[in-house]
Amino acid sequence: MFDKWAHAFSAVFAPNILLFLGKGLVNTLYIAAVSIVLSLILGTVLGLMRNMKERLLRSVATVYIEVVRNIPLLLFIITMRFMTKLPPLESGIAAMTIFTSAIVAEIVRGGLNSVGKGQWEAATSQGFSRMQTMWHVIIPQALRRIRSPLISQFVTTVKDTSFCAVVGTYELSFTSKIVAAHRTIVTAEDILLLYLLVAMIYYVINRLFSGIARRQRGNAMKGVVR
Amino acid sequence: MSGPFSIQNWRAWFSDWTFFAEGFMRTLYISMLGLLFTLIIGVIVGILLCGRNRVVLSICKGYMSFFQNTPLVIQIFIYYNVLPRLGIRLGVVAIGVMGLALYTGAYAADIVHSAIKAVPTGQMEAAYSQGFSYVQSMYYIILPQAVKIGLPPMTNQAVNLIKNSSVLAVIAGGELMYRADSWSGSNLIYGPTFVMTGVLYLIICLPISLLARWMEKRSVRHV
Repeated sequence: MFDKWAHAFSAVFAPNILLFLGKGLVNTLYIAAVSIVLSLILGTVLGLMRNMKERLLRSVATVYIEVVRNIPLLLFIITMRFMTKLPPLESGIAAMTIFTSAIVAEIVRGGLNSVGKGQWEAATSQGFSRMQTMWHVIIPQALRRIRSPLISQFVTTVKDTSFCAVVGTYELSFTSKIVAAHRTIVTAEDILLLYLLVAMIYYVINRLFSGIARRQRGNAMKGVVR
Repeated sequence: MSGPFSIQNWRAWFSDWTFFAEGFMRTLYISMLGLLFTLIIGVIVGILLCGRNRVVLSICKGYMSFFQNTPLVIQIFIYYNVLPRLGIRLGVVAIGVMGLALYTGAYAADIVHSAIKAVPTGQMEAAYSQGFSYVQSMYYIILPQAVKIGLPPMTNQAVNLIKNSSVLAVIAGGELMYRADSWSGSNLIYGPTFVMTGVLYLIICLPISLLARWMEKRSVRHV
């Protein structure tokens, strides 16, 4: 029992394996970070579009959001990998951005709608223009509501990068799959330790995020006028 | 006409439609079993979370924290690669159902827990004052009210579960996404395959998410 685990430790914590996993981690973080930034931008635009009075823009946004939210991310990953000429990491980013922006759009819209109508009326009565009301009154209040679900979505995005393993992108999950087939990784203990190590890496990153999300949730309701 | 969406490609896809129909059915089957066990785990852990026993609480929280913060892909890898080496042989469908239920159950527990907490404490006190035991008041008074609160978010989790069942493609699960991936790869026909796969997932997921949205709206009106 004991020397099995000792073997597992020496097999998994070998420098070449850790280095290989490290490269996977870098790619995971790269895909996640770029996708998060891009989907924040695209998602905000879509969320605002869905709240607009223009019929065409609104229905484009609605159809996009409803269709994308109800299709597995993996399908976008496979499609981007095999039907475009994008390199592996970038095709992953494109797929994750398409998918995550639909979810971000829903969060943004929910945040904007949560600010009471009275706020609009009050601001207008004080002589604010539409843009001014949006910028000075609505957005600051909406942001407070949006922050916590957005950060939770980032946790999901970090986890979701692992789907890229299906198309053989060298992110953390796929590198761990390759390591699991390495000749020094043999017993159940070896593989369990390897995957637990990888799980812990994801866990630490995500706990940092979800810790922040939980703190933000406490602040979310402060100062929001219905 | 050539290109990825040529007539021949569509025809090739439709000539193999039974292959995808089987995948579609397997996705439904795995999702339904997964959802059943998700609900069981969610209700049990959700109720345990309402208790005061420190040991039980930390076990439940540890379970939820681990399964919510690590990717489903890694969890599936663990079941698929470690269990056989320990002498436990499960088929891919069993691994899929187990993996999906343990993963989604961690979220379902959160939903059940907050739904129970959203029922006013006066309800429990009133039930006790009428001579109900803990189990009786839970079953007759608290849970029926909690179901109304928890149903919309739970329905959203059901959609997530169905979408996440596609992850079984990593272990050759034989469900829709695996078949789409392997069929398109071996026939080099991507366009129609991916469009139709998307349509098939939409057929399952869209009605459920619309239902969830409708329930959300209705519950807001009733508050």
